[in-house]
Amino acid sequence: MIAATPDELMIAAAAAELAGVRTVFVGIGLPNAAANLARRSVAPDLELIYESGVVGARPTRLPDSIGDPALVSGAAATMGMRDLFGGFLQGGRIEVGMLGAAQIDRWGNLNTTVIGPYDRPSVRLPGSGGACEIALNARRVIVVMNQSSRSFVERVDFVTSPGHRRPDGSGSRPAWAGAGPTAVVTQLGVYHFGADGEMELVGLHPGVDEGTVDAGTGWPMRRAGPVAALEGPSPESLETIRRLVG
Amino acid sequence: MSSKVVTLREAVAAHVHDGDILAIEGFTHLISFAAAHEVIRQGRRDLTLARLTPDLVYDQMVAAGCAAKLVFSWLGNPGVGSLHAIRRAIEAGQLEIEEYSHHGMVARYAAGASRLPFFPLRSYDGSDLPAANPLIRRVASPYDGEEIAVVPPLNPDVTIIHAQRADADGNVQAWGIVGVQREAALAARRVIAVVEELVDATVIRDDPDRTLLPGTVVDAVCVEPFGAHPSFAQGHYDRDNAFYRDWDAISHDPARLSAWLDEWVLGLDGRAAYADRLGPDALAALRPEPRPSGSVDYGSYR
Repeated sequence: MIAATPDELMIAAAAAELAGVRTVFVGIGLPNAAANLARRSVAPDLELIYESGVVGARPTRLPDSIGDPALVSGAAATMGMRDLFGGFLQGGRIEVGMLGAAQIDRWGNLNTTVIGPYDRPSVRLPGSGGACEIALNARRVIVVMNQSSRSFVERVDFVTSPGHRRPDGSGSRPAWAGAGPTAVVTQLGVYHFGADGEMELVGLHPGVDEGTVDAGTGWPMRRAGPVAALEGPSPESLETIRRLVG
Repeated sequence: MSSKVVTLREAVAAHVHDGDILAIEGFTHLISFAAAHEVIRQGRRDLTLARLTPDLVYDQMVAAGCAAKLVFSWLGNPGVGSLHAIRRAIEAGQLEIEEYSHHGMVARYAAGASRLPFFPLRSYDGSDLPAANPLIRRVASPYDGEEIAVVPPLNPDVTIIHAQRADADGNVQAWGIVGVQREAALAARRVIAVVEELVDATVIRDDPDRTLLPGTVVDAVCVEPFGAHPSFAQGHYDRDNAFYRDWDAISHDPARLSAWLDEWVLGLDGRAAYADRLGPDALAALRPEPRPSGSVDYGSYR
């Protein structure tokens, strides 16, 4: 079998972070593939919840959007977005929210809004969607994104979805909020957060060294202890991923 | 009761005016492209377009020059990339924007529907969105003093929704993803419902739980099969994902986009002509296999 691609490494590592989870708020792309893999492996009771209002989706094909009709057919429930964002997400009924971002800082602040100033951006990104309230109300958040010194930055250009502290290191999350980002998965490795809310390198994908991570981070990346060498997906997992992603 | 069924041309002429706040809602599902195209054909200008996800439907309306302002929470072509016409209009200073998160937009419609002065939600703490949009504010709870984010009501002059079926009285039924369609309609001053199918009143009244909007809040019913394409209607036709991908190259090139509008909107007299132009093979390819649900017995009482 061909060795795992960077995307496949990310899907497998993100799925591992979902071990034992019951409810996950997912988007399309890598998070969706990771959640579907987790449901077939480490989290058999996992219910996939989409911001379109679909709860407990059992898609028979890989959805092209979070509002794909294949998410509805066979789902446990569909509901309006007022119930989903109010009663479910804000009601604390979502264990894990999976988010992506164009930029992240050491505190887990996520930018999906603009590169450059808000009024005159050099790149206009899609904006929040549900990400801002997912970051605050899910009991914890797993971030899946590509890593480079342009995406892992000292200061994000815009905080769309809040992490553990303000970008200048001040402040903390409101008392009612969930735990915020607890894991970040990139094509280089896996990161968790220390008690003070700062990101820490905990694992490297096969073939990646710590120098590559440091070169791909816009601030001095902290280590909590020895960094694990991740094994990458098992042949069975890889087969499942390839079946899921096609 | 007299029938509310009119043509889409009549409904848009009667209910959509220059300068209106217009919401064509439907989250990925049931987006009334048919109505958007009719608004373009009738040359409406200076509209404030509200939608959680502007989607291709507002990219087309902005490209056609209908809009002065966009109110939204996620600006993109899902899974594909940018909405290029909207992006160009923003960069050229021709389109004002007012940006929220999804729950913020949902809450705005909820406040609008209930005629409340604002709606509280647990969001925005630690986000830069309130700095970008001063209409996102905070109030202290009168009970414990805790501060909470609030958003203002959104009351569209007209909301247009698409649904699977309605009767002539305007009772509208939809199933699958219903997004914020009910709130957006209840918040509006005028409501147009575009449906795949006109059915007898007994079809509706045998299954009242499925009614999204009763006829008392609907001003016009228009029957336009395939009216949501390239969006979808659950059970009727699939989302045309290939078109969503193709739109990226079309909207990236202003000349190509203008030619597309000429061919598919301005050059046609309505949705039937659009469906004809797509052709029977393309439509058949989007039709799902049946998967009917079991029926529910409400009982008959005397």
